Amino acid sequence: MNMAPRNLKAGEAASQDAIVRFESVSKSFPAGRASGEVIALDDIDLAAPRGSITAIIGRSGAGKSTLIRLVNGLEKPSSGKVLVDGTDIAPLGEKALRETRRQIGMIFQHFNLLSSRTVYDNVALPLEIAGVAAREIEARVTPLLDLVGLADKRNRYPSELSGGQKQRVGIARAIAMQPKLLLSDEATSALDPETTLSVLALLRRINQELGLTIILITHEMEVVKSIADHVAVIEQGRIVESGTTFDVFTRPEHETTKALLAGIPGMTLPEFVASRIRPEPSPGSEAVLRIVFTGTHATDPVLSRLSKELGLEVNILGGAVDEIAGRPFGTLIVSFKGDDAKIAETRAFLAGLGLTTEVLGHVA
Amino acid sequence: MSPDIAWLIVRATGQTLHMVSVAALIGSLIGIPLGVFLATSGRGELFHAPMTNRVLGAIVNATRSTPFIILVVAIIPFTRLVAGTSIGTTAAIVPLTLATIPFVARLVESAIREVDPGLIETARAMGASPFQIVWKVLLAEARPGITLALTLTVVSLIGYSAMVGAVGGGGLGDLGIRYGYQRFMPDVMLAVVVVLIVLVQLVQSAGDRLARHFDKRARPR
Repeated sequence: MNMAPRNLKAGEAASQDAIVRFESVSKSFPAGRASGEVIALDDIDLAAPRGSITAIIGRSGAGKSTLIRLVNGLEKPSSGKVLVDGTDIAPLGEKALRETRRQIGMIFQHFNLLSSRTVYDNVALPLEIAGVAAREIEARVTPLLDLVGLADKRNRYPSELSGGQKQRVGIARAIAMQPKLLLSDEATSALDPETTLSVLALLRRINQELGLTIILITHEMEVVKSIADHVAVIEQGRIVESGTTFDVFTRPEHETTKALLAGIPGMTLPEFVASRIRPEPSPGSEAVLRIVFTGTHATDPVLSRLSKELGLEVNILGGAVDEIAGRPFGTLIVSFKGDDAKIAETRAFLAGLGLTTEVLGHVA
Repeated sequence: MSPDIAWLIVRATGQTLHMVSVAALIGSLIGIPLGVFLATSGRGELFHAPMTNRVLGAIVNATRSTPFIILVVAIIPFTRLVAGTSIGTTAAIVPLTLATIPFVARLVESAIREVDPGLIETARAMGASPFQIVWKVLLAEARPGITLALTLTVVSLIGYSAMVGAVGGGGLGDLGIRYGYQRFMPDVMLAVVVVLIVLVQLVQSAGDRLARHFDKRARPR
């Protein structure tokens, strides 16, 4: 598995100013009544740059919930260090830990609003807990309700709100203490796609306008694609791939990343190709190539140049143009007749144009 | 029904209300914190103290499994110590209160356990202290359940209070036994039963309304 260069890159960028840093963090739980332990996290190194949105993606059970709970001390690492703004969280006493937690907001998959409190009182809760005076609370909650667009729901109870509105209350509550960091635990997983987009847009806005660093965990690539600057892929307690979202999406290396990307248009083969594709060429077969366009190349007349300059007859099997972390990104899956030398020549030609290619296989 | 008998009923109603209200008040003041503690002191919980939890749980169970009438006579020395006497309405409040504490504690414990553990985690993530979590989250969220628990407690106390006639506690139950049953006065018996039914109905519907008022969770319509 060759991913050292990319990790190094991400680590370098982060080392400049990381608000959260994991250093060789492992976490294991006692395995019920049986002897031995369940390893939830295995030697994690990760950094979240200040002011960015960092996503941690993995399947359920991969360890991402444990990972994010280490940041605010809801879980303690078995070994290693979790540094928040340079301070190791693990050895903090209860009182110091509570002070630290007040500077870290958190939102949850199931919103976790108090059913007995109105919207206003829910947002006011962290301020009450910190001992802020009632008048000051009023002065801080009202603009927050405006920010999340719920000023008119001020005196409603959570049971009267939709899922998206509840999460907006959750977000207002999480940033009420003006934290330096926001943790998002599958915050959009219980929402429908449309509501998900509006909640993500709100998070993006908060990130940009307030300069708030966000660390989010999710199992949905769509979430990562639309708002994350950096992404780490976690599988069975290990970070298997990490880097900028754009790099990881356009050049996924690990199998888990590729599997998670399968739901994104243009990343998968159409069914009629997938069922016929073989790893080795056979007589008369065509090579299947994925061409990845990034940035401005999305507009170049690449295919016509291929046929003119290399004499190729190119067959288009699928493709998509999308935007990842704010940058245009296109994929095109094509097939053409040609031997290994021709394939190599074609790839070299495309590389010369600054395009990434990948041979997916051969179809008869 | 003669005015004398009517007066007896009024006086007995007053005694019942006196015993029930004092026992419910003191019993709740001790029982609610005990219930909160039972619900939050298990292994890995907010006030991690599994041994104390088990010991208190055993005491609560022992008290609850002792038949009330036996409890009344068994603790007579203690009653005398607390109330200065072992007979009369005031003395009867002691065993009533003692029986109420574990009753309230168990009901409150289950009401607290109904609160979504995610809310405790949320409050911890906000930097809340354990006492803030109890006060602002657990008790606030469990308020409808606790209201119903206290309603049930008062209704049960009205029933228990009928047994303290054994130590001269007076009250409606005592009146019913001595006049209605032993002196063959069915009209007194009927009056006692009617007053008890009305009392229980009033308490129950007031409790239900209050619990509904507190309950802001979504109700299937």
